[in-house]
Amino acid sequence: MNIDSIKNGIVIDHIPAGRGMTLYDLLGLGKLDCPVAIIKNANSSAMGKKDIIKIDADIPVNLDIIGYVAPNVTINIIRDGVLCEKRSIGLPKILKNVIRCKNPRCITSTEQELDHVFRLENAEEKIYRCVYCDTKASSDS
Amino acid sequence: MRHLIDIQDLSVSDIEELISTANDIIAHPDKYSEVCHGKKLATLFFEPSTRTRLSFEAAMYELGGNVLGFSEAQSSSASKGESVADTTKVVSCYADIIAMRHPKEGAPLVASLNSTVPVINAGDGGHFHPTQTLADLLTIQREKGSFENLTVGFCGDLKFGRTVHSLISALARYKGLKVVLISPEELKLPSYVKSEVLKPAGIEYVQTTSLEEYMPELDILYMTRVQRERFFNEEDYLRLKDSYILTPEKLKTAKESLSVMHPLPRVNEISVEIDKDPRACYFKQVLNGKYIRMALILMLLKEAGTI
Repeated sequence: MNIDSIKNGIVIDHIPAGRGMTLYDLLGLGKLDCPVAIIKNANSSAMGKKDIIKIDADIPVNLDIIGYVAPNVTINIIRDGVLCEKRSIGLPKILKNVIRCKNPRCITSTEQELDHVFRLENAEEKIYRCVYCDTKASSDS
Repeated sequence: MRHLIDIQDLSVSDIEELISTANDIIAHPDKYSEVCHGKKLATLFFEPSTRTRLSFEAAMYELGGNVLGFSEAQSSSASKGESVADTTKVVSCYADIIAMRHPKEGAPLVASLNSTVPVINAGDGGHFHPTQTLADLLTIQREKGSFENLTVGFCGDLKFGRTVHSLISALARYKGLKVVLISPEELKLPSYVKSEVLKPAGIEYVQTTSLEEYMPELDILYMTRVQRERFFNEEDYLRLKDSYILTPEKLKTAKESLSVMHPLPRVNEISVEIDKDPRACYFKQVLNGKYIRMALILMLLKEAGTI
């Protein structure tokens, strides 16, 4: 399978297999005009299988979304065809408008203009809580 | 700008300072009768709560200040669809400090993020009610002299009872606490309070469905009401509401020095005959609530540079 090299853009590598499409959707990559490649189930010596996303444009991406969905990814920034930066992310301490609070008693359920903000409470167990009502984020939030 | 949204916003030394001020107010009320002269407290009560609102208003009046506000959402601009943020920005222009009660969890936090004056959370749904916890702490300090080495029984609705969660997390910061959790199976303390508060602090606790079992060991018995408004299902409420009723008979094995507390209002979980027992402290809690709110208003206004 051949996918053209990127001239200026971003490669999100080491996405756990199966989460590539989730990231693609959450990052809104379907709305971009530039070439975007999503490689599923690529072989990986470290992970067995992995997904990879290549974006052929130097655009800002929401690192909080990437960190929440796949904290162990590597982000490679390519400029003029050369890898100029390699970045790890980890779980973001604060998530702003990445996930939504599902608690019907939370103020965000009635005041639509409020940001949905979650704070990281436990990195080991990946527990986030709504800053307004302390409700734990559910996996499908 | 400092606000009080969660009891955890206050350090152990802040709580000591508040209790010390409250005790000084109790001893020398005249000294404080004009300290808030010309200052205004706005009580923004988006759901009715006569007790808490009157306590805040009495507190401000006894400090020589004035009070404005509303006591239900229908008489505020919220009924026209105004956001909490906008209401707070407007009220910040009129008042020096705000006490807010709101049925939605997190509303006072939203207010604090949009206010130019201190905001006190006077209860946000089933979430936080830090001034009730302060009233409880002042009562415990005045009755027991210290927060250390106490065995505290919490009885009733430990699942939805926010006063229980807040008081446990406030007391967890002191040495030698033992907790007895008395509730029906359906209303047990949520596991996150155990895993995030009791266990990390190394606090000894037991869970039981029996009110009598640990009675002789208790220094404090904190009774709670099963709250109708926290149930989606009326049948569950009716089945559980009378799970525990404290009677003189049940107090027979208790220590002479026991303090019986309750955040009130009570329905029938404490028999009225207990009111005459010197161990009953729940009406003292009400009075202490006013004094600790006076201390809190003073602390926040001083820190804001208003007085």
